[in-house]
Amino acid sequence: MVVNIWTAADVARKVIDNKELFILDVRNTDAFEDWKIDGHKFDYLNIPYFELLDGVEEILPQIPTDRDVLVVCAKEGSSIMIAEMLSDAGLTVGYLAGGMKSWSMYLEPIKVGDLSGGGELYQFVRLGKGCLSYMVVSEGEAAIIDAVRFTDVFTKFAKEKNITIKHVFDTHLHADHISGGRAIAAATGATYYLPPKDAEEVVFDYAPLEDGLTVKVGASQIDVGALYSPGHTIGSTSFIVDGKYLLTGDILFIDSIGRPDLAGLAEDWVADLRESLYVRYRALAEDLIVCPAHFMIIDELNENGTVSKRLGDLFAENHGLNVEDEEIFRSMVTDNLPPQPNAYQEIRHVNMGKITPTDEEQTEMEIGPNRCAVR
Amino acid sequence: MVVKADVQLDAKGLACPMPIVKTKKAMNELVEGQVLEVQATDKGSKADLAAWANTVGHQYIGTSEVGDILFHYIRKCNLETSEQAEQTFEATISNEEILHRAGLILDVREEAEYAFGHVPGAKSIPMGDLEARMKELDMNQEIYVICRTGTRSDMAATMLAKAGFKNVYNVLPGMLGWTGELTKEL
Repeated sequence: MVVNIWTAADVARKVIDNKELFILDVRNTDAFEDWKIDGHKFDYLNIPYFELLDGVEEILPQIPTDRDVLVVCAKEGSSIMIAEMLSDAGLTVGYLAGGMKSWSMYLEPIKVGDLSGGGELYQFVRLGKGCLSYMVVSEGEAAIIDAVRFTDVFTKFAKEKNITIKHVFDTHLHADHISGGRAIAAATGATYYLPPKDAEEVVFDYAPLEDGLTVKVGASQIDVGALYSPGHTIGSTSFIVDGKYLLTGDILFIDSIGRPDLAGLAEDWVADLRESLYVRYRALAEDLIVCPAHFMIIDELNENGTVSKRLGDLFAENHGLNVEDEEIFRSMVTDNLPPQPNAYQEIRHVNMGKITPTDEEQTEMEIGPNRCAVR
Repeated sequence: MVVKADVQLDAKGLACPMPIVKTKKAMNELVEGQVLEVQATDKGSKADLAAWANTVGHQYIGTSEVGDILFHYIRKCNLETSEQAEQTFEATISNEEILHRAGLILDVREEAEYAFGHVPGAKSIPMGDLEARMKELDMNQEIYVICRTGTRSDMAATMLAKAGFKNVYNVLPGMLGWTGELTKEL
């Protein structure tokens, strides 16, 4: 039978469209348990490829024939081998080209909604890593917020739509993924903004992103306004776009809140985090649509694949916004935190411009799931 | 220090799954107890080789990195025979006790196993070399013979006793149960 080649885009379609898929993941058990391709209707079988070197006969009864079967490994080599063995045994299966590495890198641009005067807000969903980047588009101009390092995805998107990228922002100095902000700005002539309080150690020039800063995008003058909201980092800044969307960075997520410890100062920043979530955000209109910089679990995805929700609904439903007692809150965000993201210290140094690893090293650093939140 | 191995396999430049596929083939050619050195550049080979060895029952000794090259060491085992063999040497001593005694700790595992971690101060004479190198040992000293599980050391202690050594002990449970300090020579 044939072996089909799937791209990460094909798998993303299955996730977003809520389709069924059977994944035979042939990586090490540790790697699988740490991080896998999540889908609402996905089923999994994890058997390391090296346990199948003598043949796949024993697992054949566990492989369904009534739906698509995809073999996945770290880079693709082992999945090709196992897919061919299954094919020789009479099954029709596919393998994921580029493996989990390509899954970690894939970005799907999805429109979140319209802005005044014909503008649009796009969310670039990095399904494999849970990163969310944004592009505000209006009349031939764009602002990008929290771009991941695959800069050509953003520049190509802009080119296809005939847009000039004018402003590039990072809501904070990221610790879980490598920012593409500076590179996009360098390639397009746009201005790169970073909160100065997060940028004390950076070794490049940037424009200061400070509370109250407003930039206009396009002739219809869509406001992108900065709101200082520390807690995940001391510089963390949110944006209100067109009076309609609240881009929260890593401060507030759909089903969780930001963790204060990735720059090493959990205890010091708890009060800031609480102030941002319980005072500053409380003062905002409940009809704002929250658009975070991450999602943690696939259940946070909306029907159309975007990740966003009304602020008022989050005040009602998000556990992290409903802890009355300050001491309980403190203990929640400083004790029993999840493991820190892979290589987060090195990633911070890359984002400060202190080290410049190769593409392959950057890929290695970013391997693994997102871990920016406290639930 | 160069780690000693019986057979070498060059898997440099090969991507997953080839390092493991080749290792599996190479292990078939080894005699039980021999050590294979696998040279690889695929970073993922470390976790996969360790997990594979564990699955099939071989002993993953360790990996040392020199530049971009990973040197993996695996010892061929057959769980059904040697590792489960009966231990017959009567004088035994526990892991903890040898630390408080003045005699010589004699490590009879392969040199590669010794290199990746041994009891500080232990002397290395692999089981296979013991007969030839016995003269390096002092007949009047207490000797605590240690290996990974107590099996090779049992054989070595028996051999020493037959050769006239009077104060020989087999250390149990051996390095597999060692929780104390380790010296590495890589």
